[in-house]
Amino acid sequence: MIRYTVGRLVSLCLSLIVASMVIFTVVEVVPGDPAAYMLGVNARPDTVAALRAELGLDVPKIERYLDWTAGMLQGDFGRSYTYRTPVSQMILDRMVVSLPLALLALALTVIIAFPAGIYAASRRGKLGDAGVMGATQLGVAVPNFWFAMILVLVFAVHLRWVSAGGFPGWGNGIWPGIKALILPAVALALPQAAILARVMRSSLLDMLGEDFIRTARAKGLSRRQALWRHAIRNALIPVLTIIGLQFSFLLAGGIVIEQIFYLPGLGRLIFQAISARDLIVVESVVMLLVGLVIIVNFAVDLAYALVDPRLRIRA
Amino acid sequence: MNLLSIQNLSLAIGTYDILHDVSLEVAPGEIVAITGESGSGKSMTALATMGLLPAAARTRGQILLDGEDLLALTEAQMCGVRGARIGMVFQEPMTALNPVMTIGTQVAETILQHESVTRTEALERARQVLARVGLPEDRFPLTRYPHELSGGQRQRVVIAMAIALRPRLLIADEPTTALDVTTQARILDLLKDLTQDFGMGLMMITHDLAVVSDMANRIVVMQHGRVVESGPTQQLFHAMQHPYTKALFAASTHRVDLPPAPPPVPLLKIENVVRSYRQPRKGLFGPRTETRAVDDVSFVLNKGERLGLVGESGCGKSTLTRALLGLEPVQSGAITLNGAPVWAEKHPNLAVRRQMQVVFQDPYGSFNPRHRVRRLIAEPFHLLENPPRGEARAAKIAEALTAVGLKATDADRYIHEFSGGQRQRIAIARALINDPALIVFDEAVSALDVSVRAQCLDLIADLCRERPLSYLFISHDLSVVRGVTDRVMVMQAGKIVEQGPTEQVFTDPQHPYTRALLAAAPKLPEVSPADAP
Repeated sequence: MIRYTVGRLVSLCLSLIVASMVIFTVVEVVPGDPAAYMLGVNARPDTVAALRAELGLDVPKIERYLDWTAGMLQGDFGRSYTYRTPVSQMILDRMVVSLPLALLALALTVIIAFPAGIYAASRRGKLGDAGVMGATQLGVAVPNFWFAMILVLVFAVHLRWVSAGGFPGWGNGIWPGIKALILPAVALALPQAAILARVMRSSLLDMLGEDFIRTARAKGLSRRQALWRHAIRNALIPVLTIIGLQFSFLLAGGIVIEQIFYLPGLGRLIFQAISARDLIVVESVVMLLVGLVIIVNFAVDLAYALVDPRLRIRA
Repeated sequence: MNLLSIQNLSLAIGTYDILHDVSLEVAPGEIVAITGESGSGKSMTALATMGLLPAAARTRGQILLDGEDLLALTEAQMCGVRGARIGMVFQEPMTALNPVMTIGTQVAETILQHESVTRTEALERARQVLARVGLPEDRFPLTRYPHELSGGQRQRVVIAMAIALRPRLLIADEPTTALDVTTQARILDLLKDLTQDFGMGLMMITHDLAVVSDMANRIVVMQHGRVVESGPTQQLFHAMQHPYTKALFAASTHRVDLPPAPPPVPLLKIENVVRSYRQPRKGLFGPRTETRAVDDVSFVLNKGERLGLVGESGCGKSTLTRALLGLEPVQSGAITLNGAPVWAEKHPNLAVRRQMQVVFQDPYGSFNPRHRVRRLIAEPFHLLENPPRGEARAAKIAEALTAVGLKATDADRYIHEFSGGQRQRIAIARALINDPALIVFDEAVSALDVSVRAQCLDLIADLCRERPLSYLFISHDLSVVRGVTDRVMVMQAGKIVEQGPTEQVFTDPQHPYTRALLAAAPKLPEVSPADAP
């Protein structure tokens, strides 16, 4: 297990280094002069030169890459060109919205998907299975922005349980923050839950056909006991893979939902930065997201090994 | 009173009748073997006894265990019977255990399921049971996972789970079919011991008459869902009544009639071949060790010769096969066919590869189910520089199909429309279509029923008479190799430990390993000519 973890850690570090190189190259090196790009085609040459000096573009590229990575390691992501504030502060402001939103949405996804998938698998071919499968079909098909608007109409406009949008911050305690995130989290979670429930069901059904389930039944376990004690843990591997992918998506992919609910999240930040050609922010946020995805994958790899002892011996 | 008494059991799934009026009895301490070919209903009889039939199955008749009709019990009541009063051992030890649970937990689960004991007590008893089946704790701690054990050891764990509560009846469904002969012999001994020790009844299901001939007290022969003959083992062997029993016996002892081999001219030459695999490091910076799967192997296969290769799983047979087919490079040594190397300058030598074909064990898994037979057997054509087209191609396909005893019109059908034996014929047709210099039969008849196997072996012998056929016949089954080869090699741990003319090796083995293999192989009793079918 230790060897496996160390092996995964080494691969995590390598992935981070390669990712930082690729992002740096794509953003700063490939399209020519970032300063000219940021200022647009009509910029005066002296303005471009001034910005180049301000951004530190006059130093060699290797040195700039090393400065950039060293800065990131110390939490310094540079200064935003449009907002004139430290990028790290901007990211932090957005993370306190995006991270809880993603976690909440992921929790909802799992809470909905696991019981639904397990229920459907245990009733294979029966009415309950057909019902769950029909519902997940709908969940995958319905666009989440449309569903989000329906949620706003019902729970904010008619029932007035929550506000229709905006984020009050965490300053007034946890509850107002959670309350603002509930509807967007539900809107984000539902399609994901539908996908995950389908994966859970098919993975479980595969396992229920395995020989060791028959062995468990021969020991005197009922169908239900065999499912709970033997099938579920074996069925988790593909499910964990999907959960890892979903978390990465939920962190930054919720831009439409953030827009609908006026949430100051990472998705909107990156969208605004791209519109404003604020390459420093784009570069930093992309690196951060890539870093998070890599770390999530690392966590998923560790979870695999916890679930499946056969993986522990391989490095 | 008998322990188990199945009376007039009939079973249907939908409109298919699976069992008809099956009756059989098992007494305490008695070993009853149910034998027959696939589809005879022997496994269904076992599953009916366990109450593990598919949901759509409808039954009539009675299955009495100590006088209680199991068919009349509810599912919840049957859960109390399974594992406690009836234990069951399955065919495939590699998949019968839950891969993510330790062996201790899995054995203890049987106990916890039926008795109100603490987990510690259950584990203690699991420890004793595992020791009883030959897995003492000092060498096989309870915390082992199934993937850390060999096939035979896993089967011992499955047996431990089945006997943990000393059930009255043990059902073993082909318990040794997936195991090597020496392992098979040890598992059979264990089952026999346990039956005597515990006074259990053992209902043993097997397709292999030889396996049960010196172990079963009584034999029940099934065909098409009916019991066609049953009786005490010796009596049954010496006075077979039913034609099906006689046919089964004849097929099991079937000897094919090979034409004599032509004078030796070397075809395939293997010289000092070594193939090793790197093992993962032990510890983070530990040294990388190597396993020599094929260790300095040399032999010659002559033109027109039928050469056998026997050995147990992991001995390097498959690695050697892959190397000589040019599917993988070797670290050192030379493999040449008619003097040309199989692997040249880091690439397989296609000119040589097109002269070799292989027939695998699984006749279904080795075909793409979405292609017609026409396309399947014409696949080797892609190896040719000028593959036949149009009429010539159709003629070649028809010729290959008729050579293996199928009809030319079968080319339009799909593989699922054929039986297992026919599929293996199609595999042989595919191997023949390019008129290869060498065919490798890799466990080619191991998955077939005895009667179908006998037909397939006859086909191979017929083909030898019709054309100059040279082949390497790889099998774990000694009796099959004995019949269809001129010379045989015995492989152990990557080395060929003995080779020689087949009859000589079988009648006068020199190497201790060969002797052990021959001793472990199950044999059918000699039946005097008067009794023979």
